[in-house]
Amino acid sequence: MSTDVTDGSGPGIRGDGAVGADNATDRRVRRLLFGCAVITVLTTLAIFFVLIDNAASYFFGAKLTEMLLGASVERTVKFTEFFTGTRWAPDHATPGHGVLPIVFGTLAITVGAAFVSIPIGTATAIYLSEYSSKGVRSKLKPTLEILAGIPTIVYGYFAIAFINPMIVAPIAETVFDINMGRYSLLSGMLVVGIMTIPMVSSISEDAMSAVPDDLRNGAYALGATKFDVSTRIVLPASISGVFASYILAVSRAIGETMAVTLAAGMQPQITANPFAEIMTMTAYMVKMARGTTAVGTVEYQSLFAVGLLLFVMTLSMNLLNDWFKRRFQEEYR
Amino acid sequence: MSSETDHDLFADVDLGWEHRKNRIFLGIIFAASMFGVVMLALLLFDVATDLYVGLTEYNINLVDFLTRDGSRREELSGFRGAIVASIMLMVLVTFLAFFVGVGSAIYLEEYAPDNRITRLIEANLANLAGVPSIVYGLLGLAAFVNGVGMGPILLAGAIALGLLVMPIIIVSAQEALRAVPDGVRNGSLATGATQWQTIRNVVLPAAMPGIMTGTILALARAIGETAPLIMVGAIFINRMPRGPFDRFSAMPTQIYNWANEPSQHFIHLAATGIVVLLSFLFVMNLIAIYIRHRYETEI
Repeated sequence: MSTDVTDGSGPGIRGDGAVGADNATDRRVRRLLFGCAVITVLTTLAIFFVLIDNAASYFFGAKLTEMLLGASVERTVKFTEFFTGTRWAPDHATPGHGVLPIVFGTLAITVGAAFVSIPIGTATAIYLSEYSSKGVRSKLKPTLEILAGIPTIVYGYFAIAFINPMIVAPIAETVFDINMGRYSLLSGMLVVGIMTIPMVSSISEDAMSAVPDDLRNGAYALGATKFDVSTRIVLPASISGVFASYILAVSRAIGETMAVTLAAGMQPQITANPFAEIMTMTAYMVKMARGTTAVGTVEYQSLFAVGLLLFVMTLSMNLLNDWFKRRFQEEYR
Repeated sequence: MSSETDHDLFADVDLGWEHRKNRIFLGIIFAASMFGVVMLALLLFDVATDLYVGLTEYNINLVDFLTRDGSRREELSGFRGAIVASIMLMVLVTFLAFFVGVGSAIYLEEYAPDNRITRLIEANLANLAGVPSIVYGLLGLAAFVNGVGMGPILLAGAIALGLLVMPIIIVSAQEALRAVPDGVRNGSLATGATQWQTIRNVVLPAAMPGIMTGTILALARAIGETAPLIMVGAIFINRMPRGPFDRFSAMPTQIYNWANEPSQHFIHLAATGIVVLLSFLFVMNLIAIYIRHRYETEI
């Protein structure tokens, strides 16, 4: 490592170079810390590489790296079958490679959860930001944060030990006369909805609290009621933050694993029956990882094809979120 | 103002309905706010009653539960191996993620020039925080378990969890560093200290309570993570791991396997395991709150 002291870049006030050794240490530390920061970028690259590399062997019979070394390429699973097929059983004797049933499972859970978390989360945010007294707020907010801090496996347990047998199954039996198993789509929607409420409420509330009082007072001066101010002034004024919270909650629901696996089960099917057992993309990955799946088998490779699809879905949600925040950011200064 | 124009002004407004509308709205949003609280109470109540039923009807002995390893037979099953594995995971995750995470935060806050590389790193951090935990498990499985041939060992799980919590540690450390006022830095630099001397002797000590709090909360996230550990191949029945290179089942993976069993006895073992896991989380949060309050005023 060189000890010259000509380097003048970087922020802050620098010494005059009289203490060369100290400055050399400073530059060494700087380089080391830069290396630390680069590890985070390498993590992203590694995720991309691992998913694409292994997914390639699912579709083309050879990894990307093997192809570069001259392995023969054969179409093992056709893209058309993967994206349009309606039977998902890569581990079956007569395999089906249509990913639609598990994509349906994931999307059904996500949409159902959004129907729980978005209205309740938004209403909670309005209550916290516009109505609640300081005392109520200081208790309600930390309580909801506990909800966000509970591990997802505990929600899974809550679903399989309480929501399903105590709430969903009795409704299915008494109202619809359906005899239900241990798992149901509906309980998956409910439990993922409950766990994403705090994301919606806390981020939306931050956005609503950032709306300046001048806007509220202006509306009150025109004779608006508190209801008018909340729904027609504060909500529209904070809409970018509120929408960002929705996107985050949806993204979280797509990637949610343990709660949906324990709540909704492992039966890949497209169904409109909320009391049926379904399988999400993440539940499939758990099922495969728990089995004795050998490296190089179609089952092992399918893990990464599904993982890549999941990663692309959540990544596009996050990018949408970024774009949304930049595009619709209100500045109140 | 005459009473006649007054009447004209509000002719089309039914004030009674406006009042009722406001009251109904408040009722709805208050009920919605309570929904989350009620669900939290129900969840804790359900775990507590299942624990109670487990202790009384299924004769789960807490001492046996904490001092025995897992077993195929429900009445002999314990949690010791899972607890030890989780503690070992936490220690390894701290070693793997703390220094790199805090190092990255120091670089980004104290050194990084405002250029494209820095913005790329920052944008990437935000993206990493949104990657589902199961994908970190896939990374661990392909890169470490099979890629470098580690096998499904505890260290591979720790690496997956370490990468998972790294963005959380970095962001919280950045916030702690940002909270240190610039006057402190400039004072140190004015005495002739180099940037690194300033960071090491002035900025870091001031930011340390915040960094510690953030790290403990990140570890609390890691200790409850299940999916990455399942992906790297956690075993079904916990046993004492003989070291970081042994196979393992941690607390959340063991709870998952018990909860998935059809037998009611195993379900109640899962509830008992959840109580132990939540106790760990409770203590970790208490420590974080204590550190925050203890050092809050000193900066």
